[in-house]
Amino acid sequence: MRELRVGLNQTQKVRLQSALKQLEELSSRVSNSSTASVTVADTIPVNLEDGVLKGHGTTDHNGEVVATLCGVVERVNKLVYVRTLRARYKPEIGDIIVGRVIEVAPKQWRLEINFSQDAVLMLSSMNLPDGIQRRRTAVDELNMRSIFEENNVICAEVRGFQHDGSLHLQARSQKYGKLERGQLLTVPPYLVKRRKQHFHHLEQYGVDLILGCNGFIWVGEHIEANEDEMMQEKAFTPFVTRRNICLIANAVRVLSVLGFNLSLEVIIDTVEASSSSNLDIKDMLGAEFCVQTAEREVQRRTTLIKKKG
Amino acid sequence: MEFVSPEGLRLDGRRPMEMRQIRAEIGAVSSADGSAVFEMGNTKVIAAVYGPREVQNRGQQLNDQALVRCEYSMANFSVGDRARRPKGDRRSIEISLVIRQTMEACILTHLMPRSQIDIFVQVLQADGGTRSACINAATLALADAGIPMRDLVTSCSAGYLNSTPLLDLNYVEDSAGGPDVTVGILPKLDKVTLLQMDAKLPKETFEDVMELAIQGCKAVAQYIREVSPQNFIFLASVSQLSVI
Repeated sequence: MRELRVGLNQTQKVRLQSALKQLEELSSRVSNSSTASVTVADTIPVNLEDGVLKGHGTTDHNGEVVATLCGVVERVNKLVYVRTLRARYKPEIGDIIVGRVIEVAPKQWRLEINFSQDAVLMLSSMNLPDGIQRRRTAVDELNMRSIFEENNVICAEVRGFQHDGSLHLQARSQKYGKLERGQLLTVPPYLVKRRKQHFHHLEQYGVDLILGCNGFIWVGEHIEANEDEMMQEKAFTPFVTRRNICLIANAVRVLSVLGFNLSLEVIIDTVEASSSSNLDIKDMLGAEFCVQTAEREVQRRTTLIKKKG
Repeated sequence: MEFVSPEGLRLDGRRPMEMRQIRAEIGAVSSADGSAVFEMGNTKVIAAVYGPREVQNRGQQLNDQALVRCEYSMANFSVGDRARRPKGDRRSIEISLVIRQTMEACILTHLMPRSQIDIFVQVLQADGGTRSACINAATLALADAGIPMRDLVTSCSAGYLNSTPLLDLNYVEDSAGGPDVTVGILPKLDKVTLLQMDAKLPKETFEDVMELAIQGCKAVAQYIREVSPQNFIFLASVSQLSVI
């Protein structure tokens, strides 16, 4: 386990290992092909008579299908491809992502989104703050820094690849835009699954949670979409909300260190577990809570499998 | 000086065709995209890979493939005398170049156009064969970063002292001034990507020595293939099914 090696004492180590072992067993029971994990240059067993479509992460070598990546073999009908873990984000159109502005260029912002290039957000592909649809003038271009500055964290949607290969984003709705008063967390992108809903408003905590598909996760104070003026007057975030932000952020950190997929239910579950055991927020990152989280995940999956039959 | 005793043992007690113990560990640098530590006996090397990411110097950007960069350095404490070395000395520039070329040959750069991959390798303990250890560490780090590659390059060195071919030279044997052949191969494709030799060797002997080095590379490859999947099977099965 990557970051986790330090800080566990002997019993905790044993408990964690047994929990992870159980998770492995559970997953092999469900998918029956958990051993289909390959390394670079491994031959992927296929039935060539059926016809095979070689997808990402595979090449042909003397008539065999050979992996070019480390990861898990996935098969969809005839298509065979290798899904990597721990690689950078691969954008798909319509993904909701969180990114950081690194440059204000002519008519566009350039964003770091954990992709192999910087993403481009054009001035023309976002709604202006006054909400009027019109042509962008030179004045708008000069005022770009009043919308987003360098190092601002913003949320947007993947619009698509331009013919020159650059990645374009768009932010044509109230829900996209600058994110303030919160924390940005980075996790490996494979932990965030594409869902219908990536924006979550956790009412009992007064917190907004955005699970960006690129592995950037935003935890911040809840902001009503159409209360812009009111928000400007309010200059600080209440202490309770700040505590809650840290609480949820730490839950995400624990889950990502353990390598569990991040979904709203699991995050909330972790948060509730920590508050029911009266844990300090800082102690959530300790070894004991980490082990407990792993054990809870085992239980959760066991019950899920039982329910399914 | 006698490098192979009459009983057929080397200075550190190995047989001529014996390698040092190797150990690899994936994921040593948490902030990097991929990282690995590789040890061959007392030689210890750490490698970190960043990328594919946006090209830092726009002038170097390539529109059909990724730019691969490599930086090799030796820690001050890695050798016996703790001398301050200037950063860009000729030796490290040369090794950076060698590592870069070797890795570039196996990375499928055309899949990541307009991006850059940075490989940083640092020698933590030097005891001969740093070049090979660096290449092995870099391979593992690239595999960890999820960068598509033709094959896992592995490397090993061999030498010829006291008219005996010796596998995997250590520092004492290396500094004896005899020929030192470093070979890098793609084990699956059975191709040589790196071949370097200091000093001269007769043709027949060279073939023996090179064959020995290739055997060493294959042994390293076998070990690497055992290490790298463990990590991935584990990650896969743990993350996979929270959405059963």
